[in-house]
Amino acid sequence: MTQTTRPSPISVNNLNMRYQYKPVLTDVSFEIPEGKTIAIVGPNGAGKSTLLKGIMGLEPLMEGEVKFFGEPLAQKRLATAYVPQREEIDWDFPIKVMDVVLMGRHGQLKLWQRPSKLDHEIAEQALKDLQMWEFKDRQISQLSGGQQQRVFLARALAQQASLYLMDEPFAGVDVATEKAIIELFKNLKAQGKTIVCVHHDLNTVGEYFDWIIFINARLVAAGPVESVLTKENLNKTYGGRLSLLNDLTEQMYRTRLNQAHKHD
Amino acid sequence: MQEWNLIQQPGTWELLIEFWSFEDMNALWVLMGSILLGMSASVIGGFAFLRKRSLIGDALAHAALPGVMMAFLLFQTRDPLVMFLGALTSSFIGFFLIDWLPKNTKIKPDTALAITLSFFFALGLMLLSHIQGLQVENKSGLDKILFGQAAAMTQQDITLLAYVTVFILVAVTAFFQKFRLIAFSAIYARSLGVPVALYELLLALLIVMSVVVGLQLVGVVLMAAVLLTPIAAARFWSDQLTTILFLSAFFGALSALISTQISYLAPAMPTGPWMVVSLASLFLLSLLFAPSRGLIKRYWQQRQLRQKVSEENVLRTLYKLYERRQFEQNDFNIADIQALRSMPTDMLKDTLKHLCKKQMIRESMRGFCLSKEGLEIATQLTRRHRLWENYLNQYMDLPADQVHSQAERIEHILTQEQEWQLEAELKNRKSDPHGNPIPENTEGMSRDK
Amino acid sequence: MINDVWILATASLVAISCALVGVFLILRRQALMGDAISHSVLLGIVLAFLISESRSLPVMLAGAVIIGLITAWLSDTLHKVGKLQSDASIGIVFTLFFAIGVILISLYAGQVDLDQECVLYGEIAFVPFDTIIWGSSEQGLDIGPRAFWMISVVFVIVLASILVAFNRLQTVAFHPSLALSLGINVVFWHYFLMTLVSLTTVASFDAVGAILVVALLVIPASSAYLLASTLKNMLWLAVIYAQSAVLIGYALAYALDSAISASIAVTSGVLLGLTILGLQVHKIRLRRQGKATLLEKA
Repeated sequence: MTQTTRPSPISVNNLNMRYQYKPVLTDVSFEIPEGKTIAIVGPNGAGKSTLLKGIMGLEPLMEGEVKFFGEPLAQKRLATAYVPQREEIDWDFPIKVMDVVLMGRHGQLKLWQRPSKLDHEIAEQALKDLQMWEFKDRQISQLSGGQQQRVFLARALAQQASLYLMDEPFAGVDVATEKAIIELFKNLKAQGKTIVCVHHDLNTVGEYFDWIIFINARLVAAGPVESVLTKENLNKTYGGRLSLLNDLTEQMYRTRLNQAHKHD
Repeated sequence: MQEWNLIQQPGTWELLIEFWSFEDMNALWVLMGSILLGMSASVIGGFAFLRKRSLIGDALAHAALPGVMMAFLLFQTRDPLVMFLGALTSSFIGFFLIDWLPKNTKIKPDTALAITLSFFFALGLMLLSHIQGLQVENKSGLDKILFGQAAAMTQQDITLLAYVTVFILVAVTAFFQKFRLIAFSAIYARSLGVPVALYELLLALLIVMSVVVGLQLVGVVLMAAVLLTPIAAARFWSDQLTTILFLSAFFGALSALISTQISYLAPAMPTGPWMVVSLASLFLLSLLFAPSRGLIKRYWQQRQLRQKVSEENVLRTLYKLYERRQFEQNDFNIADIQALRSMPTDMLKDTLKHLCKKQMIRESMRGFCLSKEGLEIATQLTRRHRLWENYLNQYMDLPADQVHSQAERIEHILTQEQEWQLEAELKNRKSDPHGNPIPENTEGMSRDK
Repeated sequence: MINDVWILATASLVAISCALVGVFLILRRQALMGDAISHSVLLGIVLAFLISESRSLPVMLAGAVIIGLITAWLSDTLHKVGKLQSDASIGIVFTLFFAIGVILISLYAGQVDLDQECVLYGEIAFVPFDTIIWGSSEQGLDIGPRAFWMISVVFVIVLASILVAFNRLQTVAFHPSLALSLGINVVFWHYFLMTLVSLTTVASFDAVGAILVVALLVIPASSAYLLASTLKNMLWLAVIYAQSAVLIGYALAYALDSAISASIAVTSGVLLGLTILGLQVHKIRLRRQGKATLLEKA
């Protein structure tokens, strides 16, 4: 693993997650470098989104821990911006583009505080960066798919985080949005920020990202594109699961053995 | 005071005896009717539950209310058939509304259910209050369908109830295969060429019918529970759909029996709430005591598992100690064990006692030694542990320092077949990632058989 | 005349408070939980009655909030521990609580100043006669109906909560995971909302009973949901729909000689129906226009 003077933006240690009794991720550990764009890659159902959610503390971990810049999430919440998958958002919700972007500022505000002029300026800049300023008064259901994605990126941007976690930002967007996202990545990288994306397109992964984490219910490989984007790793990632590992882990959850063991 | 009471009215026992001697034919009819209702509603509600529409019955029952009132307003009669048809109509309108709203507007399914339920109920109450202000005959008793009152049921009511419930039970039996298929997966059923929409409509009709005939017994407000609670309780007892349905029918009947008894003893009491309370008690009993899924059983299993795990852990630790002494000295004390495995002393002593009882270990000079059986099992556990470590190392590329904690658990659940499979898949079967040798499988080891 | 004013004022406050809370309920997809809590609150009221033998405001509110929160918590626990569908567990819990409430009412009919009628309709027509007297009972000052003051207190709480915590409530309703990722305690806000629902239902109990309140919670908010483009808009629209339902429903009740509370609830449903109708007509017209322009182009 990389040894830097500053602790890694995310270090995952022995992470285990499950859905009901089915193991989704088993014993995943890795560290990512700072200031890079990092893709999480794997087949459908490999646990990519789950990994992201586990890292963000949105879904419970069975085991393991995640550190952000060497500290637990609670201390680094606002330094970490999350962009959910587009399908998970209620687009019928009565809310305007500007209000969504301002949500990025709420974390910094006290319960009773309203967004200040500065907050509005930051939100405005974020929208302009993504060429969405003219849509600021639209209701979110009146946007195209790509525009909706850009709104959520602008929201993350307005949070002024140093680490960005995005769930499939390129899924189902138009060319203009794709370009806008790549531009955004460049700018963020220039500012030394770290970006982690769930990505599903193998054709573009080498082009858009510096680093890859291959996942298929377990960690297959993690490292710089040039060293890990190999045929062997792809075969391992897309070559199906380890049946023994899967069966036994499932049985372990079913019998709740992991709990029985804790009390020793 | 009490004596006066006894003279004035018969006591509970006398009433019960009177009831069970079947002198009061009407009471008997009510009993039969409510048992039939309890059975049919539980069964049909079971399918609604499996279709993940548990609260549909609640909405449909509420939706029946304006139908009853409208029928009364239009025909000025309390003929059960007229009431039934009125209720059926308005329930069906409610059913379609619940379906239509989310498909054609932004309104979400759960909100659509709540809207339909509350709007129809309000409409029904509005009509009821209007009727109560009118100068018409035999309007009294209309409000009994809100909470249900078995005692207020007439012979005609019960006849209709019997016909409808028997019809429902027959229909469910006749179409059981299809209903089960659709409940399992509607998409799969469609791919088999089953006219799913038609059967769903039939199912809806049966639900509406059972709700509507149940109103006088259970009432609008609580009908939902009769459809929902029995199946929820029965589910804890079995995985077999037919068994679950029979059980829920039994629960439905039992609760009907209890509540009609109470209603007979205290005629002013509404039946519905008692039926719900008895159903909920059955549910609670099932939740706690069901043989395979009940909470107590689950807790017990967990405790046993925990004990098994700590026994096996101690055995393996003894093996490790034995191994370190080149299999020469088989005699260890508690301090030796705790040096290798952190375990509270009380728990360790307890576990050792259990192992002694099972003759896995014997007391010896310094403390304890492995018996022959104990050694066999300890060898096998160690073998599985180390095989699994190798597997993780080879297939998951986990470094030697990360494989131990996973193997600590998997060793307890590996079966003989899985062990063979593991052997076949491994390159290295001689030593684990830490360099310890993997013990050979001794003859006659059939712990899992 | 003065009685009509009290009735209308009470009904308006009830409808508006319900509508405001209902907006968040339906956005959070918790309409059924609202239904459940409004039923369960009956048990809270009866128990508060039987235990304290008073109808004092704090006791009633406390009883309702406790039972409301227990309902929400128990449904959630049953869903997790019993591995039941969440709506099934909601259904089991609230029907049981409501049933116990009804049974207690019939058992203690003498002690409890409640009957099945008022559980269903409330008794808004009698609201003006149950007044609070300030000071000693003989020369005290009659300050108006108890139900009015109760709903006023709750209305102020609801309004203040929304004003103060608008941003939090909006974020949590919009996207709970996102809220969580911003460090907002989603569980707390969930139970906070459930508390508001319990408070509103208990304060509405005298006026509209335990079941019609569901209509007031869900229906005006849904009408507003169909039209609104922002949350603020939706809240205002819900208030307007609620207030219109009160005024029209009150008149309707007079015309038909029917229960006031039921008429208000029905009216709110009719207003929702009209809104949907308008939107459907609009949709069809748009579609026709679209076809026409397509034809012109062709």
